[in-house]
Amino acid sequence: MNGNIALEVRDLHTHFFLRRGVVKAVDGVSFTLHRGEVLGLVGESGCGKSVTALSLMRLLPNEAARTVQGQILLEGEDLLTKSKRQMRQIRGRKISMILQDPQTSLNPVFTIGNQLSEVIDTKGAGRGKSVMQQAIEVLRKVKLSAPEQRVHQYPHELSGGMKQRVVGAIAMHRGPGVLITDEPTTALDVTIQLQYLNLLKELQQDTDMAILFITHDFGVVARMCDRVAVMYAGRIVETGPVRDVFNNPSHPYTQALIASVPKMQRSAARLHTIEGQPPVLSDLPAGCRFEARCPYAEARCRAAYPDSFTVGAGHAASCWRLEPA
Amino acid sequence: MTEALTEPQTGPQAEPLLRVENLRKYYPFTRGIVFVTKVGDVKAVDDVSFTIAAGETLGLVGESGCGKTTTSKLVLNLEQPTGGRVLLQGKPIHGLKGEARREYRALVQAVFQDPWASLNPRMRVGKIIAEALVVTKWGSRSEIDHRVVELLVQVGLRPEHALQYPHEFSGGQRQRIALASALASKPKLIVLDEPVSALDVSIRAQMMNLLKDIQESENVAYLLVAHDLATVRHMTHQVAVMYMGQIVETAPTEKLFEEVRHPYTKALLSAVLPDHPDHRGEEIVLSGEVPSPMDMPPGCRFHTRCPFALPECVTHEPALREITPSHQVACHLYSDP
Repeated sequence: MNGNIALEVRDLHTHFFLRRGVVKAVDGVSFTLHRGEVLGLVGESGCGKSVTALSLMRLLPNEAARTVQGQILLEGEDLLTKSKRQMRQIRGRKISMILQDPQTSLNPVFTIGNQLSEVIDTKGAGRGKSVMQQAIEVLRKVKLSAPEQRVHQYPHELSGGMKQRVVGAIAMHRGPGVLITDEPTTALDVTIQLQYLNLLKELQQDTDMAILFITHDFGVVARMCDRVAVMYAGRIVETGPVRDVFNNPSHPYTQALIASVPKMQRSAARLHTIEGQPPVLSDLPAGCRFEARCPYAEARCRAAYPDSFTVGAGHAASCWRLEPA
Repeated sequence: MTEALTEPQTGPQAEPLLRVENLRKYYPFTRGIVFVTKVGDVKAVDDVSFTIAAGETLGLVGESGCGKTTTSKLVLNLEQPTGGRVLLQGKPIHGLKGEARREYRALVQAVFQDPWASLNPRMRVGKIIAEALVVTKWGSRSEIDHRVVELLVQVGLRPEHALQYPHEFSGGQRQRIALASALASKPKLIVLDEPVSALDVSIRAQMMNLLKDIQESENVAYLLVAHDLATVRHMTHQVAVMYMGQIVETAPTEKLFEEVRHPYTKALLSAVLPDHPDHRGEEIVLSGEVPSPMDMPPGCRFHTRCPFALPECVTHEPALREITPSHQVACHLYSDP
């Protein structure tokens, strides 16, 4: 076991068993998250990135959704073999999560201090200090202004950016080795988004935490991530160091996605678009899932799902065009 | 410019499609339940003026709570202004009644942010699009049906989609339906309130291209309310940046992005995430949050967060003034010595 690896996901399959069929939301996802690394998981809605995150946390919505195959190795231990009770001990301490909407992550009828008290340790390191004193310290770490007043306030009295800082404080207080953030800044204003991203980066560098950053925004990836994995229809289609993927996007989907973002540097008359829709996850084609929308599609793309081909150091993509001759 | 109404307009100074003059919208906030006393006003929109020419796009940019949506509601005649006025083709729009108001509704339409909330889930798409035509008694039933098909094709959908319900469509398709129903009455102006921010990246590009195509073919003007500067740069001819109810900087789009002047606009621009990991511009991270609009700071409203604040910023409110032709900024850094 490599000591540098924080989280390793091997061939993860999470399916939804519905009356109308099996929806393969996550269908063979593998990736490695190293210590102190920020890995971006990028994709559009419905590609399975959030279901991946929920599978890692073992927080899948209901009985219909099940992780049917794969391994989630956190510090060498497979989370899929843990009981519910063991998972409760692991969440927050070893792996934590920040969700998109801070409004729904916090309970509206309890004060901020009260909600923070759930993660505060009154026996170990925090012995001798009152819970409120500790809560104030926790808020100070995420640079929330006037923490002495904030602990007595309710979530509705705080702005979106402040609430997301509180959520971050709760998620990171126990010092988890892995943090999963699912679109944490989508609900925030642009100037507040920048503040929050800077804060996350700072805290991440201080603690050597690994972050799995789920986003649809390549700008966030460019700003935050060391490596990036691009997801399409339940599978990772390209993965690599962030600069390599931006300079040399190798999967046609990654290329199209990067090209369709309006750029600040130059303004083009028309934006690049990807025609068509992603495949229905309950009726996936046998071959490449992007084939129907791909400008380079050939016969072999329909026949079989492409293997992952290396295009550079740590940079690989699943496309038949990359197969060495 | 107040004579614009009575005097016929001729020559190069012809009346623009939409003229907004010193627009104000104050929401009073009160204390008490039985003996209600007014404590003060939330100045959601405070002395805002701009014009939109026919077939052009004005981008209204700012963060949440800056008054951009209130401004768009005032333009849509969904709110009564506290002061100032909005003129469409030289005629004031507030106080319109009956037929005149219906006419106005046909000329000014809207597409909102959330296509999941803006379409009636119990109506077929064809009926949603036809509604504006039925209300304005646009034509006979068969004429309307024909127009609905024409509109669906125009926004890139298929005629048979008219028989389906909104839940059968994806977010991008729903936004196309909303656009089709806005276009039905052949409006001169469409208010677009964050029309692409709920959409996925690849779908967003399709929608932006479609909006530009339609502007070209229909010569319709847009008032684009947005927070994403890259979208605004791509879509607009003129930009107005709002902060706490006021316009702090306005200029033609290319000019504004070439030489940004106001510190707030600079901060907004530097908060735009990079296109590439190696792109790192000057980064101005604003400290703190937008102050409460119930407790407006004195002087310049931005001075509490401004990294370049001068002593006079605390005491004197800067006026919006032209610093180079067609580029207006409200900031003491650019006032004459």
